Order: sequence, then structure tokens, then C-alpha cells
Amino acid sequence: MLMGYSLADLGAIFAMQGFAGLVLFSVFVLMALGLAVIFGQMGVINMAHGEFMILGAYVTFLISKLFAAFLPGAFAIYFFLAIVLAFIVAGALGMAIEWLLIRHLYRRPLDTLLATWGLSLILQQVYRSIFGAREVGVELPNWMMGSLHMTESIEIPINGLIVMAITTLITAAVYYLIFRAPWGRQVRAVMQNRAMAGAVGIDAGRVDRLTFALGCGIAGVAGSAFTMIGSTSPTAGQLYIVDTFLVVVFGGAQSLIGTIASAFTISQARSTMEFFLSGSMAQVVVLLLVVGILMLRPQGLFVLKLRR
Amino acid sequence: MTTSTYLARKDVLLILLFAALIMALLPLALDPFRLNLVGKYLTYGFVAIGLVICWGDAGILSLGQGIFFGLGGYCMAMFLKLEASSVGATKIQSTPGIPDFMDWNQITALPWFWRPFHSLTFALVAVPMVPALLAFVIGVAMFKRRVGGTYFAIITQAIAAILTILIIGQQGYTGGVNGITDLRTMKGWDIRSDHAKLVLYFANAILLVASLLIAQFVRRSKLGRILVAMREREDRVRFSGYDVAAFKIFAFCFAAALAGIGGAMFTLQVGFMSPSFVGIVPSIEMVIFCAVGGRTSLLGAVYGALAVNWAKTTFSEDLPQLWLFAMGTLFIAVVVVFPNGLAGLYRDHIAPRLGRFLRPQLRLAPTGDGRKQGATR
Amino acid sequence: MSDHESQPPPPAATRRRLLQGMAALPALGLLPRAARADAPPTAAVNTTGLAVTDDTVTVGILHSVTGTMAISETGSVEAEKLAIEQINAQGGVLGRKIKFIQEDGASDWPTFAEKARKLLVQDKCAAVFGCWTSASRKAVLPVFEQYNGMLYYPTFYEGLEQSKNVIYTGQEATQQILAGLDWVTKEKGAKTFYLLGSDYIWPRTSNKIARKHIENHMKGTRVVGEDYFPLGHTQFNSVINKMKLVKPDVIYAIIVGGSNVAFYKQLKAAGVDLNKQTLMTISVTEDEILGIGGENIAGAYACMKYFQSLKNPNNEKFVPAFKKMWGEQSVIGDVTQAAYLGPWLWLLTAQKANSFDIDKIAAASPGVEFKGAPEGYVRIHENHHLWSRTRVGRARADGQYDVIYETADLMEPNPFPVGYQ
Repeated sequence: MLMGYSLADLGAIFAMQGFAGLVLFSVFVLMALGLAVIFGQMGVINMAHGEFMILGAYVTFLISKLFAAFLPGAFAIYFFLAIVLAFIVAGALGMAIEWLLIRHLYRRPLDTLLATWGLSLILQQVYRSIFGAREVGVELPNWMMGSLHMTESIEIPINGLIVMAITTLITAAVYYLIFRAPWGRQVRAVMQNRAMAGAVGIDAGRVDRLTFALGCGIAGVAGSAFTMIGSTSPTAGQLYIVDTFLVVVFGGAQSLIGTIASAFTISQARSTMEFFLSGSMAQVVVLLLVVGILMLRPQGLFVLKLRR
Repeated sequence: MTTSTYLARKDVLLILLFAALIMALLPLALDPFRLNLVGKYLTYGFVAIGLVICWGDAGILSLGQGIFFGLGGYCMAMFLKLEASSVGATKIQSTPGIPDFMDWNQITALPWFWRPFHSLTFALVAVPMVPALLAFVIGVAMFKRRVGGTYFAIITQAIAAILTILIIGQQGYTGGVNGITDLRTMKGWDIRSDHAKLVLYFANAILLVASLLIAQFVRRSKLGRILVAMREREDRVRFSGYDVAAFKIFAFCFAAALAGIGGAMFTLQVGFMSPSFVGIVPSIEMVIFCAVGGRTSLLGAVYGALAVNWAKTTFSEDLPQLWLFAMGTLFIAVVVVFPNGLAGLYRDHIAPRLGRFLRPQLRLAPTGDGRKQGATR
Repeated sequence: MSDHESQPPPPAATRRRLLQGMAALPALGLLPRAARADAPPTAAVNTTGLAVTDDTVTVGILHSVTGTMAISETGSVEAEKLAIEQINAQGGVLGRKIKFIQEDGASDWPTFAEKARKLLVQDKCAAVFGCWTSASRKAVLPVFEQYNGMLYYPTFYEGLEQSKNVIYTGQEATQQILAGLDWVTKEKGAKTFYLLGSDYIWPRTSNKIARKHIENHMKGTRVVGEDYFPLGHTQFNSVINKMKLVKPDVIYAIIVGGSNVAFYKQLKAAGVDLNKQTLMTISVTEDEILGIGGENIAGAYACMKYFQSLKNPNNEKFVPAFKKMWGEQSVIGDVTQAAYLGPWLWLLTAQKANSFDIDKIAAASPGVEFKGAPEGYVRIHENHHLWSRTRVGRARADGQYDVIYETADLMEPNPFPVGYQ
């Protein structure tokens, strides 16, 4: 299909396609990071992850309404406030859920999976009761929906740049928190040996609560960011959940590096193949490859060596 | 209890009670429409039995039972669809003699993997075997490398999602998101008439009771006890010289085959099969049926499947908005408050009182007291 | 435009708004008069044991109010309830008030089949208004045929089906596609088309028909690309790049659900200006624009039979009545209007047949005309689809369409189009 086009055209397309791949990579990382933090550090699968993302999206929606009504002059920048609030709201809900529900189930990781699934059903219905079953349109400031003209034929979508920037920031922050900050040392200590961590004076319950809140907060940020590229409805969380789980599983669930590597592999494979095949076919091929590799290497790409 | 008595008297009594309920009481009490619904719910009972062995006993949580339920259902549906797409019945198509959805997708010849399904015998064998085979492949890949627990659960879930996308994407071969619909006859016997529905209901009930007995036999055997031991202390079983992976693979395949039978009975009673049974949501719901009933009690799990589905139908008829709230709360309550489900309630509160009237040494199920702890895996 | 709260008002408020809405009714001069004075005896109009008494007749409404499809089906439920209330306010059907039983299909096809069976077997509904996706219709069709029920199905769909037990009040594929393609070729001088779709039967069949029309029935036009995406797909950057490379004159998009939102947002962000790049869709109604955001799709062309902005006396009464009942912010898409037709067509057919019996309704349906339809005028064809006009609208930033073209004649429904298979 590349016959009959000028070199300039092809060059431009490859540049934009490369950028599209990077955006997809950022999207995947952003989707999966919250889940990976919670699973990797706590061994808990948060099935309500998609619903936490949609919570972030609804927060963005409400903030945009408030700004449009009361502060139309500052509408252009409401999004940044929305992202911060999405993090806070989703994180706070996460903290409450941890306190109410999850902390009773740490000895039964499989049961957390079922309980958070129940939670996701409840959240979906809550959204439906509050916001209606229909999609809501989140209006974005005009500058965010435009594109940068690099050359005549290369145009870089600004929302892609914003997603990439958010992803980079969040990833860096998580890296710092978990691998550099004193708090992260506590988190890792609790993960590796709960009893010993308690013995040296770490409040394991508090660490758990904050880790869970962090994961949920990241989901909220992701949801907020995705109002730029996707839809907001009570069930939209389900759209992301399959890809999210694939990325985490493929990466080897206990490893943040693995999650990033797997997001990169899957996004590049998908993006390249979508260009040459039909979107549907591309997804099937990628999924089959992932399953094939999982059969050969069921632990995922990266495994953290742990003493169990 | 000696090892030679695989079925204690009380177990037999309870199973007989259950058989009486579904084969005499319900058919007498319900109109054909409601009875057909019960028949549908009972097909989930097969999945629940499998899950008790696989999850309750062996501690392997599979979130992919929908895969096996769906595969069994599809095997049956493929046979029925081929019978419904005879050359005579499909004259208006550009290629007569192939299923209508293939014709819509410009497929001009029956794909190779559809051909064997002209034979009923092949279809009946495939119903449990195809799911079991897939379970075997997954099981070997995972258990031989000691992948288990939560990670195994989400892998099965990912596979369920992938399979759904495959089925939907390959609509020329599978019927896509519509599924395989408009199934009419089996060997010339109209499965849609009220009479046929009644016959199918009883066939389903008999198969279910038979499955219960087989599962009970497995649990009473040495094999069943190894499964429980493995759940409690996997390394000790391994050090005792048992091949842990092989036992896990067996439990997983057994559950898969049962789910496949359930799926086939579902197809027969409902008249179609669609990818909406294969995905993540139905798979998790199946686990919930089992959890509500009691993950370590065969009968409890089957009652759970009946009760949850009954509640779902009733709720969604009267209060569709509240259904998700009710279901969500139920999940959380089952997990947090009574992890042993209905059966646990029965065992802790009703059975002791009953026990005073019966002989005290009779116990309900093989692993009696260790159970509460077991369920916490 | 994106300011909307679309949940239904609480029951008490509904009743009040309803009564207000009723006040507008006497003005609906074109609506058929119900024969109130001479209600025929029950034994005469109901010989098959349907749920008909001397003063009521029971019908079913079967849509998803939970699950992923609730997004789309909500509008249809609202329209059907409005039509039923209006019919009751003017005397009901054959002297009987309509009672409805609403069931939730929960976006799950087996549930649809189960509920359809309940509505027919247990509730003995004289008619059922419902279903939205093709998959749900395929699931209930055998049920309706087996228990001899009557389904009024509102959605535009792929065709390839015709049943005695279904009245299709939406367009089948050729009605929706052919006139639009002719128009865009003539008006825009389009030569090259890029076909897009979500990956299931409706977009695939529709694009197949579009491709045949482009390649065989129009002159000098060709298809330069065709792509499908899984339902729920949210990443369209690759295909947008692909389209930038091949530069089609027309992007022909049949994307549904949440994917729609993602597609149009990413299209805009990629710098594709829909005022310069012609895009035609048959899957975006005013309902979908609520989620997409009018500013993201302004300039696109949609090919439908109804737009809310349509100017005719019927529609100028229908839109306010709908808004009175369901709130000022509500919008009315093509399918919502088609769903509104269902109860009215059933009323007219029952009057023509002077009976509720399914067989008589089915036999009397062909030829029934509804002059009060918001879309103008419709008539039931022998094949149980509707004769109706095809219109092209252009999306505005406020989420409405400007109607810029309509076919001169009613389009004949042709669910099994020869030469397009």
C-alpha cells in the first residue's frame, strides 16, 4: 500500500505514525499504572479500576461545567485543576474503600477481586443514577483540541502531547515515590515481608491505605486525561479494562518496569499493524501473539524475584 | 467414615432432596415459562459444581469459566445450526446449505472446522472435550510453571476477553456479536415446542444430579483429599511426592468439561449461543453464583446458581435500576461477611440444630471443619 | 449543547409534565382520531387470548436500561412512552387504554430473549415495542415467531430480514445509504471513498452495499480503503494517518458507541477539518452528538430519515411535547423518532383491522399510512418496512443538524437488495 506516494508524504506519515505509537504507549501506561501499583505492591486486583477512571472523567466533566458557568474567563485552563481534583477525589474514594472493604481481605487476595467487582457494579449504577445512562460530552478548551503544524503535512495533535506529558509526570512521580522516597521504602518493606516491616515500626495498615489511594488516584488522572480522546459514560470504564489487564498481565504483574515494557511492546505492535491491516484484524493478531507468549512464558515479561 | 463409603448417607439424602425439588416440586409448581427459566439457571449449576472442585477444593480461582461454558454451547449450536441450514431451508442465499451469517459475510463454502459438526456424535463428544482440551493447554502452560493464585485468575480473564474479541471479530465463521441464532431442530425433533422444553428440562436435571454424584465421588476419593491438601499447604503436598501440577490440571479440566456440558444444555434450552457468555462479566458472575451458595459445598453452589439467577430475573423485572446495587452489595457481603455462602450459614446455624435430631456423628461434607480456613485462600 | 442531564425526572414530576404535554395535544390535528364512543366488544377484537380487557390493552416495552446499550436505548424508551401517553390521552386503541409493561434487556441478548418470552407467554402483550441492536433483534426473533407476537423495531439496520411478526420502523440499509452516496457524489463531486466501521454485522453489511453502489452503480467513483475496529475501540490515530496518506474525497464512517466519541475527538485533534474534509456518517444522530460534543463533529454530513431540526407541522408539535415530558435538554435522534412511530402505527393498524389479533394486525399492516409522523409521512410496505424519505443533514456546533437535502420521493424499502449482495 505504500506504492505511488512521494517520499515526502511517506516521511510525514512515518513521523506521524511514530508519534501515534508513542501516544498509544502513553495511554497504555497511564491506564495500567494505577492497577500495577496496587497489584504489584499489595497483591490486590482492583476490578473497579475502570470505574475509578470514569470517576476522574466525571470530575473533569463537573469542573468544566462549573468553569463554564462561573469562571468562563478561566475556561482555557480548567483542565489542570480538573486533573488535580480527579486525583484527589479518586484517591479519597480509594482510601475510603480500602478502609471499609479491602483491609479486611488482605489474607484473601482472590476475594478482593470479587469484592472490587461488586464495587464496580455499584459505582456504575451510581454514575447512571447521577449522570444518566447517556454519554456526557466533556467540552475542552479549544487550544487543547488543535494540532501543531510542524511542516506542511506533519501535524501533531496537542491532546496527544498532553497525554504524553501527563504520563511522563505520573510515571516519574511514581518512580520517585516508590524507589527513592522514604515512604516507598516502607511500601517495599511491607510488600516483601509484612511481619518484619511491622516489627521495625512501619504502620503497615497506613502504607496499604496510601498505596491503594495512590493507585486509585492515578486511575482518576487517567480518566481525566482520557476525556480528550474517549467517551464518558457509566460503562465506559469497561472499554479500557481489557487493554489494561492485558498490559499488566503481559508485563508480569509484580513489576512496574514490566508494565512499562509491556505497554511499549503492545502499543507499538498494535499501532504498526493497524496501519497495515484493518483495525480489527490488527487487534486479533496482537492478542494472539500475547496469548502465545503467555503460554510460553506465563509469568509475563518481567518477574520480580521474591522470597515467598 | 471409611474410604470405602464414598457417599455418606446424609449426602445422599441431601442430593435426593435436591433431585426431588428440581424434578418433582418445581415442575409441578411452575408454569412452562418459569420452568424453562429454572432450566436455564440449572445449566449454571454445572459450572458451579466444577468451580467447587476447582476453586473450593483445589483453590484455583478461574475467572474464565465463561470460556468453557461458551465453547460447550458453541459446539452444540454449531451442530444445530448446520441442521437448521439445510440446502432446502436456505434456498434464498447465494450459497445454499451454509449458515445464514456466513452467506452474509460472503463466505461460499463451509469452513473446515465446521464440517465435523454435521455429526451429532461428534458434537456430543466435543461438548465436554473441546473445553477440557483448552483447559488442558492452559493448565499445562500455567501450572507446570507454578503460576497460580491471583495471577492465574487474571490470565484466565484475559483469555476470556481475547476469545470474545476473536469470536466477535471473525463473524463470518462464528456469527459475530449476534452469536448463532435461530436453532430449530435436533435430528428432526423440534426443540422449540413446549413439550421439547419439558423433555430438555428433565434431561438437564438428570444430568445435573449425575454430575453432582460424580463430583461427590471425586471429592470423597483420595484425589479429592489431595486437592484440599494442596489448597491448604501446596509445598507439603509437593514434598510428599505428589505432582501438584497434574492434580491442578485435572481439577481445571474437570471444571471445564462440566461447564461445557452446562453450555450445551443452555444452547438447547434457550435456542441460541452468543459471545456474551464467553466474556469477563459472565465468567465472574459464575464465580459469584458459586460463592453465594458456598464455594466448598456442591449443593450449596448449585442452590447459589439457582438463587442468584432467580433474584436477577425477579429484580430486573420489578426494579431494574436497583439490580446492580443489589448484585454489587451481594458480592461484597458474600465475600466480607459470610465467605462460606449459603452452605456456610446452613452448616453453622441450621445443621447443628438438625443434628440434635439426627445421629450426632454424621457430618455434612468431607472436609468439615478445616473449611472456614480453606475458604480464606 | 453539552449541558444536559438526561436522567428521567422522578415519577411525580413526570406526571405533571405529562399533563402539560397533553395540553398541546388538541393541536395535533393530523393525529388519527381514536374511536372512543364505539369500543367494540373484547370477544370480537381479541380471539387469541391476548391481554385485552374491556377498557385496557397491555403492550410491552423491551429495551436496555442498564448496561452498555442503555446509552442508546434510553431515547427509544422515552419516545415510546410519549406515544403511548398521547394515544391514551385521546382515547386509546379501539376504546381501550394502553397499559405497558417495561422490561430491561440489560444489554444482554439472552436476557432480551428471556424477557421477550415473558412478555409474550406470561403477559400476553398485544404488541411489543423494543430492541435496538441487531443482535438483540436476532435473539428475540425466533421467540416472536414461535409465540406469534408483534414487534415494532425502531433502529436503522442492515436488512437481510423480513418477518411477519416484526414491523421495522427504521430504515433498512439501502434506504439509508444509496441516496446519500448519490447526493455526495453529485454535490461534492466526490470520486474516492474511505469506508470505516465498527466490526459487526450492521457496518459490514452497510459498507458492502455502499461499496457495490460506489463501484457498480455510480460512474467514476471508487473505494480507496476499508477498515473495521472492534466494538469499544478507542484508538484511531493509525487509521487517521492512513486516511491522511490516501486522501479520500469522502470518509464514510459507520462507527458506533463509545468508539464514536474517540474517533471524532481524535480526528479533530489530528487537524482534520470537517469543513474541508467531507465526512459522511449513518451512525451519528443527535443522541450520539451529546457524547461526542458538537464542536468536535461540526461540519460532518449525516444521512438519516429524521433530524430534530426538521421543519414540518408534525415535528414542530412533536419536539415540544417530547421536551415537556423528558426535559428541555433532551434531544431527539433518528431512532428515537422511529421508536415514536411504533405505537402510532400499531394504533392505526388495529383500527384498520378492527382487531388486536396478531395475524390480523400482520395482515392489515401493509398500506397503513401515518400522516402525523414527525418525519412527515410514512407508509408500511408489503415487506413490513416503511416507505420513507432519506435526508442529509450537516452537523452544527450546537449539536443539531441543518437539513440540507431530502429525496423528492419516498424511498422504497428493499431488505434483500438485488445487485448489492
